[in-house]
Amino acid sequence: MSIKTYRESIIEAMILEMKRDEKVFVIGEDISGGRGCGDFEGEAAGGPMGLTQGLWDEFGAKRVIDTPISETAIMGAAAGAALSGLRPIAELMFSDFFGVCFDQIYNQAAKFRFMYGEQGATPLVIRTMIGAGIGCGPQHSQSPYSIFANIPGLKVVTPSNPYDAKGLLISAIRDNDPVMFCEHKSLLGMEGEVPDDSYEVPLGKGKIIKEGNDITIVAIGQMVGITQGCLTKLEEKGISAEIIDPRSLSPFDEDMVYDSVEKTGRLLVIDESNPVCSFGSWITSMVSDEVFSSLKAPTRVLTPPHCPVPAAPNLEAAYLPDMERIVEATDYLTNYS
Amino acid sequence: MQLSKDKLLDAYTRMKKIRVFEETMRDEFAKGTVPAFIHLYIGQEAIATGICVELNDTDTISSTHRGHGHCIAKKSNLEKMTMEIFCRADGLCEGKGGSMHIADLSVGMLGANAIVGANAPIAVGAALKQRVLGENLVSAAFIGDGASNQGAVFESMNLASVLKLPVLFVFENNGYGEFTGVDYHCGGGDIAGRAKGFGMPSYKVDGSDFFAVQEVAAEAAERARKGEGPSAIECVAKRWYGHFEGDPQHYRTKEELETIRRDFDPLKIFRKKVEEAGLVDSKDLNMIDEDLSSEVTAAVEKAKNSPLPNVEELTTNVYEKGSY
Repeated sequence: MSIKTYRESIIEAMILEMKRDEKVFVIGEDISGGRGCGDFEGEAAGGPMGLTQGLWDEFGAKRVIDTPISETAIMGAAAGAALSGLRPIAELMFSDFFGVCFDQIYNQAAKFRFMYGEQGATPLVIRTMIGAGIGCGPQHSQSPYSIFANIPGLKVVTPSNPYDAKGLLISAIRDNDPVMFCEHKSLLGMEGEVPDDSYEVPLGKGKIIKEGNDITIVAIGQMVGITQGCLTKLEEKGISAEIIDPRSLSPFDEDMVYDSVEKTGRLLVIDESNPVCSFGSWITSMVSDEVFSSLKAPTRVLTPPHCPVPAAPNLEAAYLPDMERIVEATDYLTNYS
Repeated sequence: MQLSKDKLLDAYTRMKKIRVFEETMRDEFAKGTVPAFIHLYIGQEAIATGICVELNDTDTISSTHRGHGHCIAKKSNLEKMTMEIFCRADGLCEGKGGSMHIADLSVGMLGANAIVGANAPIAVGAALKQRVLGENLVSAAFIGDGASNQGAVFESMNLASVLKLPVLFVFENNGYGEFTGVDYHCGGGDIAGRAKGFGMPSYKVDGSDFFAVQEVAAEAAERARKGEGPSAIECVAKRWYGHFEGDPQHYRTKEELETIRRDFDPLKIFRKKVEEAGLVDSKDLNMIDEDLSSEVTAAVEKAKNSPLPNVEELTTNVYEKGSY
């Protein structure tokens, strides 16, 4: 066990799995520093965010494949490679770029198992960066995981800390279905205790971050940490909140949320996606369907407003759900009568 | 290079099987027995066959919405394939794919594709096995003239070229992208020339002539196996029928259809060549014709009499069993 960053945990997961299975390879833009096709002396850069640092040096250009800026070809090649028996990790540098290549993800990779009558598996991981918070503006800051979760055949995970990032990525690589691994860019430098050995965090299993009795707060990705930051304030107000990090959105640990809401009678979801058809609204819809009689208050979802992510720092700060809004919503729901 | 008699008979069998199968499907569709859209491959038999005779069982192809011919040329099981086109439970895809999404991974047929041009990147992915695992293989993508304008195809050619992958980009120029003529839709009009721009050897051949296709397919496949990278082959042929069955074809004349069926018949051209050169006895070919006719009829009858999928199967095969 040692202290590692979210970024280091992701790299370590890939290295361990590439050592374990020769079929695992990584493909994407600039992942070895943009020199994939030539000789080069020195250390590989490992992508603009350093998320593939050291892979090229360890495994070489055959398994750490730099590509042109060509997301459709990357995603399609990864889909085809998976269908042919390889286990690709394809990097979609920013999740916003799904707009140029989604056909290969949702019409191809996600459908192969069903459409071909289970003739083969599609063991594909798409690692992609989500989220607002560092001033990247409208086309590099979105969190489109609700759109991904809408697609039958795709699995979607949203690790909120270094331990889960490593364990979920190892599970995703070993999984036999396409997995969208949504890395939050604001969390890359986050530190935490992470075992050196290999371990799996199972897909579809949530985690109760803190137990409580008055309200269930489900927080996704970056929102987990922000919600945890509210705990002192909530305790001062005498509110005992139960915080759940679902970790996977698809499959989703519905039972953990139902059990919690049956205990607390209240549900608040903190979700960074756009509000219309957000994943949070799906959670509240399921809870209304399944445990309605336990509810003591309306369910509520906190998301950004229905607008693109702005570039200006003050606007971006106003865009994201923050501690003040979370405390206010919690206060409202626990005092509802 | 002179082809052996066995190889010639094999090629004729594949081409003729495509023809008989598609004519049967045309008639079945007209009768209303086929539950999905179909797109006939007649007129292009020499392309799929010319390419696939140069591929091994472990080589792969990715196909198009007009994919029946590719399945047959890659030696997919005819009965199971027919059942799939009729959306039956025992079809290749258990009835969930149908004609436009048919695949047979057991013979390296990685799927028809109803998204035009989307199969090209998938073929590039299959070719990555050469780079990652050092496997000896060739991966062919069949791409229509309409699909040749898609960004996915350009990206695929570039990536295959940059990574030197063993891909054959087989452009089937049948004159029409859906209803639209190639003379209208293809800027510059030179599909093979575009491929050259990506730095790969590129050929333009008569796609109605099996020998023209096979000869360059052999060269391109050999280069690919040696790790010398991708090639493009533009095969110019004719589409004898509409974009889909039921297409009234307002965009072309009856005279055009008569002319192409008279002058651009891949089977007639093949027969003439092998018989005139004395390579194969016409009796052997006639026997193949008879055998195929009964084989196809039997497959279609069996498919029509086999059950549709159980409704309980509606939500199976979405994820790996037990993982969701």
